[in-house]
Amino acid sequence: MRTARAHLVLIVVAAVLALLLPATTFTGAQSKGTIKIASQSPLSGGQAALGEGIKLGTQLAIEKFKGNLEKMGYKVDLVPFDDQAKPDVGVANAKNIIADKEIMAVIGHLNSGVAIPSSEVYKEVNVVMISPANTNPVVTDRGYPNVNRVCGRDDVQGVVGAEFAHGTMKVKSAYIVHDKTQYGQSIAEFFKADSEKKGVKVLGFEGTEEKSNFDPIITPIKAKNPDVIYFGGIYDQAAPFFKQAREKGLKAKFMGPDGMDSSDLTKIAGKAVVGMYYTSAAGPASALPKAKAFVDDFKKKFGKNPEPYAAEAYDAAHIAILALEQAAKGGKLSREDVSAAVRTTKLAGITGDIAFDAKGDRQKAQYFVLQVASEDPQKWGDNKIVKQLTIAAPGDKKS
Amino acid sequence: MDLELLVGIFPQVLLDGLVLGFMYALIALGYTMVYGVLEFINFAHSEIFIVGAFVGVEILLGLKGAGLLDALPWVVVLAVVLLSGMAVSGALAVVVERVAYRPLRAAPRLIPLISAIGVSFFLQDAIRLVESVWHNAFNLVYPTMEPLNRRFELTATIDVSVKSLVVIVAALLMLWGLHAVVNRTRIGTAIRAVAEDQAAASLMGINVNRIISLTFLIGGAMGGAAGVLFGVQYGLINPYTGFIPGLKAFTAAVLGGIGNIPGAMIGGIVLGLLEAFAASYLSLLTGGAFGAEYKDIFAFSILILILIFRPKGLLGEIVRERA
Repeated sequence: MRTARAHLVLIVVAAVLALLLPATTFTGAQSKGTIKIASQSPLSGGQAALGEGIKLGTQLAIEKFKGNLEKMGYKVDLVPFDDQAKPDVGVANAKNIIADKEIMAVIGHLNSGVAIPSSEVYKEVNVVMISPANTNPVVTDRGYPNVNRVCGRDDVQGVVGAEFAHGTMKVKSAYIVHDKTQYGQSIAEFFKADSEKKGVKVLGFEGTEEKSNFDPIITPIKAKNPDVIYFGGIYDQAAPFFKQAREKGLKAKFMGPDGMDSSDLTKIAGKAVVGMYYTSAAGPASALPKAKAFVDDFKKKFGKNPEPYAAEAYDAAHIAILALEQAAKGGKLSREDVSAAVRTTKLAGITGDIAFDAKGDRQKAQYFVLQVASEDPQKWGDNKIVKQLTIAAPGDKKS
Repeated sequence: MDLELLVGIFPQVLLDGLVLGFMYALIALGYTMVYGVLEFINFAHSEIFIVGAFVGVEILLGLKGAGLLDALPWVVVLAVVLLSGMAVSGALAVVVERVAYRPLRAAPRLIPLISAIGVSFFLQDAIRLVESVWHNAFNLVYPTMEPLNRRFELTATIDVSVKSLVVIVAALLMLWGLHAVVNRTRIGTAIRAVAEDQAAASLMGINVNRIISLTFLIGGAMGGAAGVLFGVQYGLINPYTGFIPGLKAFTAAVLGGIGNIPGAMIGGIVLGLLEAFAASYLSLLTGGAFGAEYKDIFAFSILILILIFRPKGLLGEIVRERA
């Protein structure tokens, strides 16, 4: 009995090996091991829609561009991490990432408040992070050699918002609400500073962590009757706020940063947000001239439209792969080499031409002002760009 | 101008605070009834509350899908939704008691407390699981019922929406009904008897287990109703939404004097008003130095002060007339 079982085990092991081996031996030259590219974004919770887009964009890029690395003898895998939009979870994941020596690059995060502490961990071992979405200035202003982003910056985005509110919407007064996160508050402060500079009267500046009951915040806003309400934050909080504000009869125009950019905004707030403006450092994939094939591939593979940042994640992962090829030419792959290679990689990506400056900011980032077209969440992709600007990242500013 | 503004918004803030306060009061009943009978804090009550909100949204979405939402009179829809939310939440509370608390009734006081916290986590993620399987959604949105959103403008800055009135009226009716049941019926007498002394009550022929189940049923049903009203009023719920209102309602129950039904109501209203006034007025009064984000700090500081001077809550001493 015992020997029979031992034989069975041997047969099973042999069968498993037989199944596994060809996969690695037929693909090309001798196997040099596995390269893993990690994605870190919220895959659960209120912002999962955007986080999932980052993961899927990364996945698509890896599948499409891994060929060269495979020819060089590497196996390329995606390892998705769920940071739950929480700094502590992001940092814990980051510790796992740096412990896994096969992870050579990180595409993430969605939230600046998560990216900043997590990248402190990446820096310890110099594993490269390319962010598709983190617009907070601090992300690159620390000057880390391994931290890069393919999106724009909040200090510019806040200014773009104020510029549009003053120049195009011709508002005289604004009321600013933010979510007290690193992202929301800082962008709101940039919007405030620039609005005041332009002569727009700021009637109030309020931070709140409230998620459901905005009545007591809305009442003073209504009494002050501003022309525009700017919400520095993310759609899952802004949407109920805007909805309740309209229900209470507020007539002000609504505006926000790229945190508004999700179809869930209209799913939650419905017609309350139709016509509202939001700025973005990431254009909608459907409006990017070179992203057509990407949008088609994405739809075919995942059965839905790419959420915002999916295209940015796709470009970020593409850059990571190009840099990996570059670094792998030396024969031995090290995380430092990959970080250095990313800084010098140039890409004519689907979101435009990408090259990094010395801090890791995209040299010429694009900024968009979009308007919500319909209360139907399915039609979020129809939102039109009403203004588009290409602005260079501000150089080294002493703060 | 500033003074005019401060005075101008006062009635609106008062109204918002009352709506929030009645909501807290309804949730607080679940804590206070269970405490009154078992001297045990049912921390899973915040999830029982939010389950009511989820039942409500499922039914409303179902009605909307069938095209009945606008066809049926809103009073009927609301009554159906409220009663279903109450039924499911009440039943859930009974099941939770049977499964997670009754086996531990003889255990030291801390043990069922831990069990309650465990149930709370379990329910949060169970809701999350069910909703992501059914809708692939985390945030669920209450479908808009136009008649409920109708507003009456009293002045330029003050208006009342139908749903705010509904919350207040429904809460008052339920609180009055509960008060009547507890004080004027045989069942109410039995509940009070079990609260005073379980052993003596059972000697008088009262089925203690049934009365405890009934207490959970009533508390859970009130929580479920509060959940539906919460969803109708504020519009957006997710599996973790219940936690903060639950915690605040628990605070309200302690503030009013835990174990005391009118106390829960008064505690809820005081807390709701404190919160609304702090959120609306802090930044106006301090010139923006302290904003609405300090509303909880402000409200809870006042609570601490009240509890320093009245450690058993506003109405606490009345309930302490145990034999």
